[in-house]
Amino acid sequence: MQSSPAQSTPAAQTDRGLRFFHRLSFEETFFGWLFIVPAVLGLLFFRLGPVFASFYLSFTKYEIITAPRWIGFANYTKLLNDALWLRSIEVTLWYVSLFVPLSLTFAYTIALLMSRDVRGITSYRTLWYLPSVVPVVASATIWRWGLNPEFGPINYPLKVLGLPAPRWLTDPDWIVPSIVFIGLWGLGNSVLIFLASITSVPRTFYEAAEVDGANLWARFRHVTLPLTSSIIFYQLIVTVINSFQVFGVAYVLFVSNPSASSAGPDNAALFYVLYMFRNAFGYFRNGYASAMAWILFLVVMLLTIVLFYSQRRWVYYETEGGGS
Amino acid sequence: MTAYRIRHTASRFLIHLALAGGSAFMLIPFFWLLSSSLKAPHEIYVFPPKWIPDPVRWTNYREVFEVVAVARYTANTMIVTIFSTVGVIISSSMAAYSFARLRFKGRDIVFGLILSTVMLPYVVTMIPVYILFTRLGWIGTYLPLIVPDWFGGPITIFLLRQFFRTIPLELEDAARIDGASRPRIFAQIILPLARPALTVVLVLSLLYNWNDFLAPLIYLHKRDMFTLALGLNALQHFESGLDWTHYVMVLATLMVLPVIIVYFLAQRAFVEGIVLTGLKG
Repeated sequence: MQSSPAQSTPAAQTDRGLRFFHRLSFEETFFGWLFIVPAVLGLLFFRLGPVFASFYLSFTKYEIITAPRWIGFANYTKLLNDALWLRSIEVTLWYVSLFVPLSLTFAYTIALLMSRDVRGITSYRTLWYLPSVVPVVASATIWRWGLNPEFGPINYPLKVLGLPAPRWLTDPDWIVPSIVFIGLWGLGNSVLIFLASITSVPRTFYEAAEVDGANLWARFRHVTLPLTSSIIFYQLIVTVINSFQVFGVAYVLFVSNPSASSAGPDNAALFYVLYMFRNAFGYFRNGYASAMAWILFLVVMLLTIVLFYSQRRWVYYETEGGGS
Repeated sequence: MTAYRIRHTASRFLIHLALAGGSAFMLIPFFWLLSSSLKAPHEIYVFPPKWIPDPVRWTNYREVFEVVAVARYTANTMIVTIFSTVGVIISSSMAAYSFARLRFKGRDIVFGLILSTVMLPYVVTMIPVYILFTRLGWIGTYLPLIVPDWFGGPITIFLLRQFFRTIPLELEDAARIDGASRPRIFAQIILPLARPALTVVLVLSLLYNWNDFLAPLIYLHKRDMFTLALGLNALQHFESGLDWTHYVMVLATLMVLPVIIVYFLAQRAFVEGIVLTGLKG
């Protein structure tokens, strides 16, 4: 995905062509750097700098009032004996393993259906996307009622039919599935991205496949799927990274203040970032929380790298004319 | 032929059924939110659910102003949203112009670095940035929510750069021959031509800041500084001894309504923004 900006797009070729005429001028260099000064400062002070700073802090004891004190790997070894931290990993992994496959397959399927140019497609698209613009606090508010086991509309049909109705947000076993459910309400974002990529597959490919006698499944399997695999791959990475960082919904639903000592019955909503947040902003254990942050960062990076390696086997890139 | 027709119509029907059913699922929560905001508290949690409030209590919308500082929260949210958005647009469009059009040594490396931080999990930067703002004495002010936006946003920069690259070079060259300086070309040629892309960025930034929960939660502690997101969260946890569910619903409606209006007005920009940021380059 981090494709080098100077691909051989037509624009880049003109760039190179132009170099024969104007050499790199002082004026261009001057304004070039001047215009990116804020962005470079932002990169240093709000992104790269903090990444290194939190790495350093993770080896210290630091509670804001006193200066950070170097304690080596103590934070990391302490984490391994922290039952709540282990609990937060359990909760988060459970969430990731449910949400990622469900949201990607759902979103892709819906996008496929929408791409069958049915009438009213624009209104469907509009409606499906709508929940994605709702603030996380509001959607937690809405679903606190929506998933109410007694009076909520989700359990309503189940109760009418006499089926077993889950206790959603009050049953420890159902809390993570509930958060997954709320997350799926905001599926529209991925649907739109998949839809754009599916509809951009050139019609001629399908026509050619049809001439070769490919049926609907074969056309999907050998045309749509490979030609959208790079977007599936990208969405996979983004969804994984975001799923590891669930925070808002769980906080609004289960936590009343930063140092609250529980997150749902049996800590079933103790997501990784929630526990990290509590340590950083509830207890001001900044070194300890930084160690947590770095472990999460490493895990996410490792996963991304693994996915990048695996993509060679299943992601298909067009050799020319992609991008920009 | 007829067999094909029947199958075709049947599959159409099923697709519509699935999409319409899904749309209903997406919409019902909004309907309920609105409906509960117009109910008496004891009518919200009843079985079976009452879909239409009876009587319709418009007074909820008046009373909520006495219970929570709605006007204050709205004003606060607007301050943060507006100043952040202005900042991110100015700083990012400048950088994007430079990355798209000016040639200088190190340009692609810097751009690559900025782009690579799109994927950076926010949790790794959260604590040091908080410490930085503590040192500056900015905790409890709006500065930590606004100032970072004045230093460019990676996605915004990327999105604008992609767009700037599609503006014909000839326009810029003609202006240069007429002796226009780079800042003038940027302000008078590039920016006006980039209005569609700027709209996308504007809308996405407004939405993001209006909805943001985490940053205000970290930095704002005094009630009269709260944004709507914080106010809505606090109201749900406030122990008044009375059932305030209807007020919670009113406040949520008031927070969501502007978002929905902007969404419907600027739908194209939304869709384009999602697709552009989602489809990478």
